[in-house]
Formats: sequence, C-alpha cells, structure tokens
Amino acid sequence: MEFSVQLISALDSTLRLAAPLILCAMAGLFSERSGIVDIGLEGKMLAGAFAAAAMTAVTGSVWLGLLAAILVSIMMALLHGFACITHRGDQVVSGLAINILAAGLTVVLGIAWFRRGGQTPSLTSEERFGPLTWPLSEWLSDVPLLGPIYTELLSGHNLLVYVALMAVPMTAWIVFKTRFGLRLRAVGENPQAVDTAGISVAWLRYRAVIMAGLLCGLAGAYLSIALGAGFIKDMSAGKGYIALAALIFGKWRPFPALFACLLFGFLEAVATRMQGVQLPVVGEIDVQLMQALPYILTVILLAGFIGRAIAPKAIGTPYSKDRA
Amino acid sequence: MSRRAKLPAWADIGLIPLINVLLAFLSAGVVVALIGESPLEAVQVLIRGAFGYDEGVGYTLYYTTNFIFTGLAVAVAFHAGLFNIGGEGQAYIGGLGVGLICLALDHLLPWWALLPLAIIAGSLFGAAWAFIPGYLQAYRGSHVVITTIMFNFIASALMVYLLVNVLIQPGSMSPETRAIAPESTLPLMHEFFAFFGIKITQTPLNLSLFVALLACLFVWVLIWKTRWGYAIRMIGFNESAAVYSGINPKRMVVIAMMISGSLAGLVAINEVMGAQERVGLDFVSGAGFTGIAVALMGRNHPLGIIIASLLFGALFQGGAELAFEFSTITRDLVVVIQGLVILFCGALAYMMRGPLERLFALVSRSSQEER
Repeated sequence: MEFSVQLISALDSTLRLAAPLILCAMAGLFSERSGIVDIGLEGKMLAGAFAAAAMTAVTGSVWLGLLAAILVSIMMALLHGFACITHRGDQVVSGLAINILAAGLTVVLGIAWFRRGGQTPSLTSEERFGPLTWPLSEWLSDVPLLGPIYTELLSGHNLLVYVALMAVPMTAWIVFKTRFGLRLRAVGENPQAVDTAGISVAWLRYRAVIMAGLLCGLAGAYLSIALGAGFIKDMSAGKGYIALAALIFGKWRPFPALFACLLFGFLEAVATRMQGVQLPVVGEIDVQLMQALPYILTVILLAGFIGRAIAPKAIGTPYSKDRA
Repeated sequence: MSRRAKLPAWADIGLIPLINVLLAFLSAGVVVALIGESPLEAVQVLIRGAFGYDEGVGYTLYYTTNFIFTGLAVAVAFHAGLFNIGGEGQAYIGGLGVGLICLALDHLLPWWALLPLAIIAGSLFGAAWAFIPGYLQAYRGSHVVITTIMFNFIASALMVYLLVNVLIQPGSMSPETRAIAPESTLPLMHEFFAFFGIKITQTPLNLSLFVALLACLFVWVLIWKTRWGYAIRMIGFNESAAVYSGINPKRMVVIAMMISGSLAGLVAINEVMGAQERVGLDFVSGAGFTGIAVALMGRNHPLGIIIASLLFGALFQGGAELAFEFSTITRDLVVVIQGLVILFCGALAYMMRGPLERLFALVSRSSQEER
C-alpha cells in the first residue's frame, strides 16, 4: 500500500511537470509539421510566462494574464514567421534569436517595471489558476486504489493541466482530420505541390506558427500563474528544449509525443525523489543522470538506434517559388 | 515588382552587414527608450565603461578572448554548412581537459611548458565532445543542431556530476576543483607587462588573448590556404559538387565539427588556466551562444570575428557599468542586444537586400538618364 501511495504521488507530480512540455510539444508539432523548425519554443514560453505574471500582477485578473501570455507569445511566433517565411531566413538562427531575446527582454522589462531584480510581484492564490476539485472526490477518497487515483491523480490540478491534456486530441484532430491539417502536413512534406494546387504556402505556414505561439503562450502562463506565483528570471529552464526533444522522440506525432512528455516528466518527478535512495543492484542513481536522460534518449533515438525518427521532408528549407 | 540591380561587391560585403548591425542597435535603443532612459546616455556609459580607463579595457579584452574562440568555432562549422550550437558544452568539456592536465602537472611544470599541453588537452576534449554530433550527422543522419543542443545539456549535467562527486576539493563546500598552483597558471597581463617595466591595472586579462589571436591566424590559414579548408568550404557550398571533386563529405563533416569543438574548448585556456585558475561550475557562462552572434556579425571571417568579439567584449564590460549609472538598466540589456544581432545579422540577413537592389537600380537608371 505504501508503494502505491508513493507511485500515485509521483504520477501526480509527473502530470504537473509534463503539462508545459505537452503544450510546447504540440506547439512544435504544428510548426514543424508545416516545415518550420522551432527551437524557439523556450523563448516563446518564457516571454509568455513573463507577460502572464506581469499582466496579472498589474490587473489582478488571471484571464487577462492568460490573454497577455498568448498575445505576446504569438507576437514572438510572428517574428519567427516574418524572418523564416517572409524573408526566408535561417530557421534555427531565428529560433535562437527569439530564445535569447526573450531571456534578455523579460529581465530588462521586469527590472524596469517592477524593480525586483527581474522578478514580478508574487501573486496571491486568487491571482493564480487554483486546483479544480472534481465532484465526489472527497467521498470517493476512501475507496481502495481507485479512490486515491481519482482524488489525488486526476482531480485537483489547475485548469491549464487539463487544457494541456485536451490539447493533444485537439492537435491530433486538427492535424489528421481537418482540411487545414492535411494541407499543413502537405506543406511540410512538399510545398511545391501545395503551391501548384493554388494554396498559399506562406499563409499556411503563418497559421502554423500562430498555433505554435498560442500553445507556447499557454505553457508560459502555466509556469508563472498556475504552477508558480509570479515570474522568475529564466524560469523556463530548458523546458522548451525538453519539449522539442519529446516531439522528436514522439516522431512528430501527437500521442507518442504526449507519452514522451509524460516519460520526461516522470523522470524529473522521480529524480528528486531518488536522491540518496539505495536501489537494489544498481545502487544510488545520480540526479544528474536522471536530468540528462531525456537528452541522452533523444540523441540515441535520433541516431537510429531505437526506431527511426523521420522529420517532415521540407523542414528547415525556406520555400521559394523560383526554381533554385 | 520594380527592377533590381545586382549589388556591387562592397555593398554586399560591407554595406548590408553594417545596416543590419545598425538596425540591431537601433532596436536596442528603442528598448532603452521604452523603459524611459536615454539611449544616447546609455551608449556613453557603455563606451566609457568599456574603454574609458585601463581596468575597463582589461575586462573588455578578457571577454573578447572568449568570444574570439567561440566565434571562430561557430564560423568553421558555418563554412562547412553546419550550425554548431554546442559551443557552450564543448567549451565546458574543454575545461575538463585543461583542468585535468593542469591539476595533474602543475607542481611539475612551469606555465610555459604546461601551456602547449593544456591547449592540446582543451582542444582534444572539445573536439571529442563535438565528434559525436558530427559523426551522428554524417553517418546516422541525425541533425547536428538538435544533437548539439542536447549535448549542451548533457555536458552541463556531466560537469555538475564530476565537480560535485569527483573533482571537488576535499573538505570544500562549493563544487569546484582545487586552485592550480600559481607558477603554473597563465600569467595575467599586468604581470606580463610588469616584466617589461610597464604598469597596468590587474584584471582577469591574461596571455590567452595571444592564443586567441594565433587561433584567428590558424583559422584563416586553415580555411583559405589548405586542402582541408577548401574541402570544408566546398561541402558547405555544394555538397554534390564536392563529391565529384573527390571530397568525402561525411569525413569532412566530422573533421569540421572536431575543429570547431577544439576551438570552443580553448575558452578554457582563458577561464580555467588564466582567469579563474580552477574548474568551476558554469565557467563558460553563455560565451558559446555569444559566439553565434559574433560569427554572424563577423561574417565568419577571422578579421570580422575579432572586430565583433571586441564589440561584444565592450558590451559585456560596459554593460556591467550600466547598473551603476541607471536604476533600471542592467547588463541583461546586453543579452537583448545579442538576441537582436542574431536576429538582424542572421535570421533577417536578406531583409535589406531587396530594397537596396531596388535603390541601386533607381540610382543607376537616373544617372543614365542624366547622361
């Protein structure tokens, strides 16, 4: 019984830690499926986190904060689109520029506006997305096994965790079941064909990066006004890159990417619990190894040692109507 | 679309990069104005802080040294058509090499005997860390951008592990190695100048600046005067043409990445053997990423990289002074400038080409009409 309590609590934090990864991975999926490399997930999320915390601190409304996060993140995404789609710039360079810009601007503006060394004022519990308790959870908590799963694991998260989980089937539906999704995938594989069919490659790709901006904004708001209580310098802490790794690990597909996010979230949740714990056979596992594991696994996957991750064919190459 | 003229070479090589840099700095000025400070005053403080007194100059050149190494690293990879974002991790691992050899031999050898060994160790370790992404790109088809990003994080985790569990000075609380024996560290520049009877203020600036300048010469000779350099430029320019001229592109990708990594590894000569005299946590502190801005701004040419490194060195040093003069600006502004330089000189590099071509067409047509 002790073990199952431990496990449920670990899975509970897995969900909490995986939520921003899931949102960012879905963001990356839209962008990369349309042929635009997005290493700027990190920067868009960070900018969103700052915008959410700043707006909420000033107005006291989480909803305005959420809106600000989405708008700012979409603006960053449009900048990425302007560089890569309109001006056919290098997509990796542009993404990197966005990450560095976000890391700098959030602190510069934070210091100028709030004078707290780059942090935003800490938010009260009314100024954050609080836990949503599902009906009957009090009453069901005494039921063995299923009770704790319902009350601890499923119920009691904030709204954005559920939004993140909903984002996966939504993404899958948009990308695989709608006309827009069909064209989106086509433009990532063979933009010439899409262009020949009389559909604008640029407009399709712009819509894809806007979707990416929207989802990264949600992830940012999650960090600063749901999980945390305010913005802290560099609070995204590489999560955008882990999400990118998860997207590749999931081979650019929504549900496999979700499982990769949950796996990486689980590793992070377990890493802190494993500190100093002696395991049978292997002994103590180092925190650093657990932290590096998502990256190591992704490298091994990319190298083709566990399955093959094949990227969208036209990814990374700017589209030009002229024959080059 | 209006008629366009082909740009003359000087506009392509000189004017467009200059306009892009100016756009980046103008945007940074807008940011400063937005937070209610005067951009002109900020520029004055920056310049005074970076060049106004000899201690400032020392720090400026000390930062410059790091950026030359990482800028060259990024540039060599760029020439081969590869984007090495892993300079940060390669420099960090290079520090492990430099640190290990210095700590192993520091009571046996003076600095001048240790320096060549440390350069070899730093570049070998840096090259090894770049070898894996290079190999995976060439032979396993995984993209070098993604693997180098992953390798930055893996390097960081590995170094934390080693510093906390293995290399830590016994009895010490902070995760860093013991100090390298004083007679084996690279002389600081004020000691070097005192030898000639010239007195300058003590700063972390050390002899590695000369190593950096030599590295520039090395890269210039390598890229433009050797077979390897020709092959590197060839695979960057047109890989299938390279195959027809008898170049093995896979092998060259690995070699280019290893040279790139070894240059990044030399950052440790400045930081570990010179300035900090030990291996500490996160001693690279972003120089690997600044190298990307430096290479883009310096157009991958050693001369351009020296100029761009000096500019960023000045920004980092002058930026530290901003916090004293303004209540609302700190050195983080330099990070914004770095991002803007990467944006305008890298991602938006072609933005001004179209308008300029039209402008040149207009000018040449009107001058023809006058005749």
